[in-house]
Amino acid sequence: MKFSRKTLGIPYGVFLTLFVVAPMIVLFYYAFTNGQGVFTLRNLTDFFTDPNTLGTLFYSLAIALTTTVVCLLIAYPVAYILATSKLKAKSVIIMIFVTPMWINFSLRITALKEILTLIEGNLAYYPFLNSVLGMTYDFLPFMILPIYNTIVKLDHSLTEAARDLGANERGAFLKVTVPLSLPGVVSGISMVFLPAMTNYVVLDMLYNSTYIMGSLIGSYFAAYNWHGGSMIALVLLGIICVFTLLTDSGEDDARTGGALL
Amino acid sequence: MKKFRRILVPVLVLLFLYVPILMLALYSFTDSTQIGAIRSFTFKNYETLFTTDELRSMIVGTLLLALGSAVLATLLGTLGAVGAFYSKKRTSSIMSTVNQIPVINADVVTGFSLCILLVVVFGIPKDTYIPLVIGHVTLCAPFVYLSVIPKLKQMDPALYEAALDLGAKPRTALMKVVIPQILSGMVTGFMLAITLSLDDYFIATYTKPATFDTISTYVVNATKGSQTDIKTALWALSTLIFVLVIVLVLVMNLNSKKREQKEAKA
Repeated sequence: MKFSRKTLGIPYGVFLTLFVVAPMIVLFYYAFTNGQGVFTLRNLTDFFTDPNTLGTLFYSLAIALTTTVVCLLIAYPVAYILATSKLKAKSVIIMIFVTPMWINFSLRITALKEILTLIEGNLAYYPFLNSVLGMTYDFLPFMILPIYNTIVKLDHSLTEAARDLGANERGAFLKVTVPLSLPGVVSGISMVFLPAMTNYVVLDMLYNSTYIMGSLIGSYFAAYNWHGGSMIALVLLGIICVFTLLTDSGEDDARTGGALL
Repeated sequence: MKKFRRILVPVLVLLFLYVPILMLALYSFTDSTQIGAIRSFTFKNYETLFTTDELRSMIVGTLLLALGSAVLATLLGTLGAVGAFYSKKRTSSIMSTVNQIPVINADVVTGFSLCILLVVVFGIPKDTYIPLVIGHVTLCAPFVYLSVIPKLKQMDPALYEAALDLGAKPRTALMKVVIPQILSGMVTGFMLAITLSLDDYFIATYTKPATFDTISTYVVNATKGSQTDIKTALWALSTLIFVLVIVLVLVMNLNSKKREQKEAKA
């Protein structure tokens, strides 16, 4: 075959087809069949009629929503203060805030767990609070970074113009800075919300035995129940799709930029 | 008052982020089995970390896995990016869309679906490490692709044509002209791949051999167990990784500073 730059893409194309597209198809197949390979809607109806699985869905949404709001409330002021500060070394300071994301998350959660045990005595008293704290501890840098990146790139003359035209400081902030920083907020939310719905290890390590969506997949996996597990994965995929469509703006930009490399 | 708040908020957040890690680091040098208890100074945890076979092989295994998957991911992702970039618009947009799936997808779903496909449908035993390596390459390669594409877009297309006009074969032009232009993107992608693989828990859990552990899966299991000497040895590991990450971040920062200064001079 004649050498062409296009053919270079073939290996990766094959790889994606085999290990990204095919698993999704298999997931669909397993979700809608039973152990005998016969088509069934049983897994679907089971999920939406079983109070346990529905409870899990709502509990994950509650954890994810709370975590996202807490992260946002902490990250926005920090990102804003850093991005608008006149310090020369602010690029170094922002590095200090995001450095923890390179340390293995299980080790970081171990550290948090020891501290929480010291403070609370017994972790079992506040399972929800601890889980949200754990998720926040884990994901906060992923919220700070994209917000900082958008605010730091904002044209400073816009807020000045607003001030010159008579807006007070609060008005300029609310009407100019906040709307312009929304893309960063959105990509921050998308990097916190979904992991917070599925990262069940944080709950496990902090002794919260309530299930979230991820834990359901884990339990089906442990029981070799591929059909039930596939349905949960499919429901999660649905949520992810809806969420991505809602937040789809500069997604890949934020994701790669999110690693600050 | 306002100025005070501007300093207080970031400092409090920094304390929240760093106090747990630093406390763990402090207590890793004592013989205490929990934070808060005052005990005597010792290097025992570090000794355990380096002399226990189980811990050593777990660390080496994690590093080898990260390195191997990152190399494969960088190769595949770069080839994919170059191929997609020079293909018809339709082909490249399909590739970019499919490439986004593992990026956006929850790792639990990626891991679980790969486990079903490779282990249940194809019947590849997990002991062969094939599902694990495929899983980690699937996790990492899309990020390499995303790091290389912008570099291709920034590149002057005339460069490649000029090389051809000057008599270079397409292959040579690619190696000598295109690759140097996108090298920084490949390095970024490679580093990302390493960190993603090191941090992964979910894909490893669903695809790894039962006898093999990465740092993440090992730590998670260890916190459920009752072996206190292993538990506190992991504090030592956490401290070492923390120091290593700080050093790496500093080196990277100094490097980019130097580069900026050079560019400013030029």
